[in-house]
Amino acid sequence: MKLSRVAIGKQFRILFLTLFALVIGGMTLVKAQEAETIKVGILHSLSGTMSISEVTVVNSTLMAIEEINAAGGVMGRMIEPIVEDGASDWPTFAEKAQKLLLEDQVAVVFGCWTSASRKAVKPVFEENNGLLFYPVQYEGLEQSPNIFYTGATTNQQIVPAVEYLLEEGLSKMFLLGSDYVFPRTSNTIIKAQLAASGGETVGEEYVPLGGTEFSTIIEKIRAAEPQVIFNTLNGDSNVAFFKQYKDAGFTAETLPTMSVSIAEEEVKAIGVDFLLDHLVAWNYYQTVESDVNTTFVEAFKAKYGEDSVTSDPMEAGYFGVYLWKAAVEAAGSTEVEAVRAAAGGITFEAPEGTVTIDGDNQHTYKIVRIGQVREDGLIDTIWSTEGPVKPDPYLCTYEWAAELPKPEEGCPEPAA
Amino acid sequence: MELILSQIFNGVSLGSILLLAALGLAFSFGLMKVINMAHGEFIMVGAYVTYFFQQFIAPALGGENAAKGGLFFILSIPAAFIITGALGYLLEVLIIRRLYGRPLDTLLATWGVGLMLQQLARSYDSRNVPVTSPDWLNGGLMISDALSLPYKRIFIIALVVFCIIGIYYYLYRSPQGRRTRAVMQNREIASVLGVATRRVDVLTFALGAGLAGVAGSALTLLGQIGPQVGTGYIVDAFMVVVLGGVGSLPGTIIAAFTIGIFNTFLEMSTTATLGKVLVFALIIAFLQWRPNGLVAVRSRT
Repeated sequence: MKLSRVAIGKQFRILFLTLFALVIGGMTLVKAQEAETIKVGILHSLSGTMSISEVTVVNSTLMAIEEINAAGGVMGRMIEPIVEDGASDWPTFAEKAQKLLLEDQVAVVFGCWTSASRKAVKPVFEENNGLLFYPVQYEGLEQSPNIFYTGATTNQQIVPAVEYLLEEGLSKMFLLGSDYVFPRTSNTIIKAQLAASGGETVGEEYVPLGGTEFSTIIEKIRAAEPQVIFNTLNGDSNVAFFKQYKDAGFTAETLPTMSVSIAEEEVKAIGVDFLLDHLVAWNYYQTVESDVNTTFVEAFKAKYGEDSVTSDPMEAGYFGVYLWKAAVEAAGSTEVEAVRAAAGGITFEAPEGTVTIDGDNQHTYKIVRIGQVREDGLIDTIWSTEGPVKPDPYLCTYEWAAELPKPEEGCPEPAA
Repeated sequence: MELILSQIFNGVSLGSILLLAALGLAFSFGLMKVINMAHGEFIMVGAYVTYFFQQFIAPALGGENAAKGGLFFILSIPAAFIITGALGYLLEVLIIRRLYGRPLDTLLATWGVGLMLQQLARSYDSRNVPVTSPDWLNGGLMISDALSLPYKRIFIIALVVFCIIGIYYYLYRSPQGRRTRAVMQNREIASVLGVATRRVDVLTFALGAGLAGVAGSALTLLGQIGPQVGTGYIVDAFMVVVLGGVGSLPGTIIAAFTIGIFNTFLEMSTTATLGKVLVFALIIAFLQWRPNGLVAVRSRT
């Protein structure tokens, strides 16, 4: 009797221990799942003609991820970035986007610079229900449920830049761009705007992306006698153009240019001698005065060297990660539908000022700033809007833009 | 009038750039019939030699601002010639020599070498790198308000003239050049007469590669350089050699300037993209009419 009780006790103890082990095991299993990282993709050109610009955006995106991880991650989970090289080649972008979404199963991708690369990955994100945060100003006329646009759309950059030039009395414009979707669409918009507001397009020229031969185009500019050149060249072509422009005897005084793809990083690469006093239009410059920006610039210099500069697309890449984090935390999940539903109205104190996601078109409210290149290669703000401008990718609120394509579901009703 | 003058200058300038890129090819493809797909990468190597001179030799020559003085740039041109020439020598000895008479295999092998060289540059730095032009090449010669000739382009034209004179003396005034011409005209007879044809082959190929290096050096004046800088020129270079007539150096020279002038004037009246399309269309039409190019080499068969 006594013996058997001991035996039963022993059996109970084994059972108890097994249960205990199971519970502990289960708990650690749960814990392991909790601590699992969130994979995110970064997709930019690390090589080729666009790398001059895109590598810096990778750096600022990685810095934001590092900061977030140091502060405890997203919902307690660390972010694990996976960087892919789009190689300035649009099919490669689509291929790598597919790899990130299907193979790595990333929760979100931060990436793309040229509109051609964005257009190439858009169907991939839509088919596989992925999420892309796109950090660069672009030509508008687009809206995808799978893309958040943290750079400016046309009414936050190009349209105000043209308005600024017209106000300054520079109404005869020569449009110069690389031969792909962004410059061509932008120039269609600029031409419509000029026609409606008394300006004049005296010339329109495109060179193949990466082209370096500008002698004939410079002759055409000379012959057309514009008052300003509206420059939508991208990548290395800018280096060749501005060198040859100066060698041909032009300066910002004799014939200024307004560029929308040249920021601090490009000024450094092209050489400030060639760009001094020329105009640019963006939402952010390294010289923006705010505490948030001072911290941002200092952190960036500490990480990537004293010589490094911060620019608009880098800043948009940086706060894009924070906006995504805030949306994920508001949604309580990294699921695309949940993040999208929670994203509207999410705001963040970015280096450029307060940015807010517009829930309807998934663009961001941003301040517009016209800048002028100064001697140390940084850019001074010479004009800016009073507050953040509501994004209007289809230019629905502009009468002269009535002829331009509109979203399938029609323009949103103007708010009363 | 000034517009036409400056367009003629631009045409000559574009022609000189094309010619510089095509001169090396006129040797390897024109004289030796070797389709060297790595020619563009030889141009790239030349450009990188200039970049390395700027990074490492220029500071040694005179501190901070040496890059603007431009001594490094002048020195880098012969250096690019020697280094890419040596590279061409190696390529000939290691690969091309084993593939004479097998044009398709040569094409594939040299293309592979080109890809390897590109990747090598990409591994060093995948980004495009800038070369600071010497101060004295900035700006231009202002002839009038509407006519200014940039010094860089004048320099490239002068460099091409210098190269052509050098090639002329080499081919027509030196014993080695005489042997080269002999081998290119009739390999067997030259060999029977005691010319070391293998040696002539390797020297001719190395010379072509060296000229590509000079082109690369000069191209750093125009824009940034990167791993793919050569691929932009290889098609144009082949076009120049084919249009000029394979095996004819004068033909190559005439073809380069013809394409340059046609391109600038067609671009003036249309657009950059359409201008190029029209030039290619004209070349194709011309080759239909005269398949041997502008200056056909007479041959007996």
